[in-house]
Amino acid sequence: MQFWIVQTLNSVSFGGLLFLLSSGFSLAFGLMRIPNLAHGAFFMLGAYFGATVVYIGGDFWLAALAAGVGVGIVGIALERFILRPLAGNIQGQVLVTLGISFIIADVCLLVWTGDPWTVPAPPSLRRPLLVAGFAFPTYRLVVVVIALVAAVALYFLMERTRLGAMIRAGVDDMEMARGVGIPVSLLFTVVFLLGAVLAGAAGAFGGPMLNAYPGLDADMLPLALIVVILGGAGSLLGAFVGSFVVGFLYNFGIALFPDLAYFILFLPMVLVLVFMPQGLFGRTLP
Amino acid sequence: MNRTSIAVALGAAAGVAVPWIITNDYYVNLASQILIYALLALSLNLLLGYGGMVSLGHAAFLGLTGYSTILLVLAGYDQLTTAILSVVFSTACGALFGVLALRASGIGFLMITLALGQIVWGVAYRANALTGGDNGITLPARPAPFGIDINPAWSFYYFTLIVFAIALFCIWRLTRSPFGAALCGTRDQPRRMSMLGHNVWMVQWLTFVIASFWGSISGMLYIYYNLFMSPHAISLQQSAEALLMAILGGASTLSGPIVGAAIITIVKNVVSTYIERWNTLLGVIFVVVIMFMPYGLVPGCMQLWRRLGNRTKGGKPAAPGTAAEPAA
Repeated sequence: MQFWIVQTLNSVSFGGLLFLLSSGFSLAFGLMRIPNLAHGAFFMLGAYFGATVVYIGGDFWLAALAAGVGVGIVGIALERFILRPLAGNIQGQVLVTLGISFIIADVCLLVWTGDPWTVPAPPSLRRPLLVAGFAFPTYRLVVVVIALVAAVALYFLMERTRLGAMIRAGVDDMEMARGVGIPVSLLFTVVFLLGAVLAGAAGAFGGPMLNAYPGLDADMLPLALIVVILGGAGSLLGAFVGSFVVGFLYNFGIALFPDLAYFILFLPMVLVLVFMPQGLFGRTLP
Repeated sequence: MNRTSIAVALGAAAGVAVPWIITNDYYVNLASQILIYALLALSLNLLLGYGGMVSLGHAAFLGLTGYSTILLVLAGYDQLTTAILSVVFSTACGALFGVLALRASGIGFLMITLALGQIVWGVAYRANALTGGDNGITLPARPAPFGIDINPAWSFYYFTLIVFAIALFCIWRLTRSPFGAALCGTRDQPRRMSMLGHNVWMVQWLTFVIASFWGSISGMLYIYYNLFMSPHAISLQQSAEALLMAILGGASTLSGPIVGAAIITIVKNVVSTYIERWNTLLGVIFVVVIMFMPYGLVPGCMQLWRRLGNRTKGGKPAAPGTAAEPAA
């Protein structure tokens, strides 16, 4: 019983982390029509930034903030100086993000070496929470709360603000959005920045759960891709549902069939692609 | 005799002469490596250059063939049966992957191939009992086709060269066939092609299967060359390197991927002996090539050649459309 409860909580918290990672990825993909293949590298960079701040004695929450800001700066630079000159060349943009991800991963290896960096959870959250005789890791519960708060905030941003309305208009019909005077290219920067900040912060929050190690980017990128393939590009709800589906499958896959954890992800992807190739909540992209 | 056949004759002569010109085993092995990667890049280029489909999971076929070859040999099958079964298995996986990836087009296709490639990598990485996980597994010995020993460097080079030449001929025939023309048609004008009665999906799927077949053949050469398979050989970097070879050389040409494979393989080997930062360099080459050389070296050089030729002949304008034609 304890096994199932703990694994369920682990799945939910991993799903929350995946939501932080893939919501920005999905929004940027929906708007700009390009999957940012450096997104896994952003996550890893955030994890290393966070670990570094904690190691030099910074507060954990400050570390998460620093990771978000730091990765956000990298994201803005990538969007402005590399992606912008390639506007219109979607294939080139995607491949460039892949090249950037190799550079980031290799620089991480150079700076933070090949040994994994373990990140301690904040001291106040280290003691397990005892409810009805079961011990819950407090930190993982907090990650779930953070993900839910982020989900609600993103929902309000997308559905209740002018900026969100402009982003939705851009996702639905870019030509029309430009036609009615929405500064779509500025939106590109804003959404890309949002995705980078979320990925960086997710990396820092993921530190105590996953550690920061070389190859973290290659572990996370396919998960973000599968979330978006499942949920549909540009859909916040799709990213939310997809993240928790992938979180459960991946976590229980690792716990029950460690050899085949990746293969288990393959099945839902196949089913969705066969029956709903645009994803559960996505629209067909032109 | 036109310029193309001269180039082919020169290329063949150079290929055959390599072990005589460079007697050092290290460089002969490097030449074998170039041919293996050139075949991988050529097979990927069927999708990329001729079909307009960007696949980021092509290294999966190296892995599927390599791992199944080792596992079948360890299970006691003889080398010929193993080679046939593993290529068939890998191509069959390719057929399945093609069905899935072609549910989407454009960027969706790229994402699905990437995810599929990473799943193959993830299974290789995690399934310790079968694949040895991170440590990899070893093939006991190279086969001896028709009783010929292919263990020496020069002898393996000729084995690779023969397989490569057959593959190159088949791929060249394919691109010049009506099927190749239909493929280019589905790349440029899919709606018109289906209007003309072509089954666009079937053309693309068959291309995917053919590309995975030749990718599997290069995987077979790869495992005979290295006698060792680990998840690093089929990582995203490997797929991206193959893609970069095709783009760097020029994806719209047949010779481009070969040139790109030669350059990337040589640079990688040279750089790796001095510094450990190959991945950074790979990323930088990626960015630079895509931003400043989107059509690759071979079309770029041919354009330059033509321009120079025109200047000496008194400024005869180049015939329209020759630049885009898949040549040489």
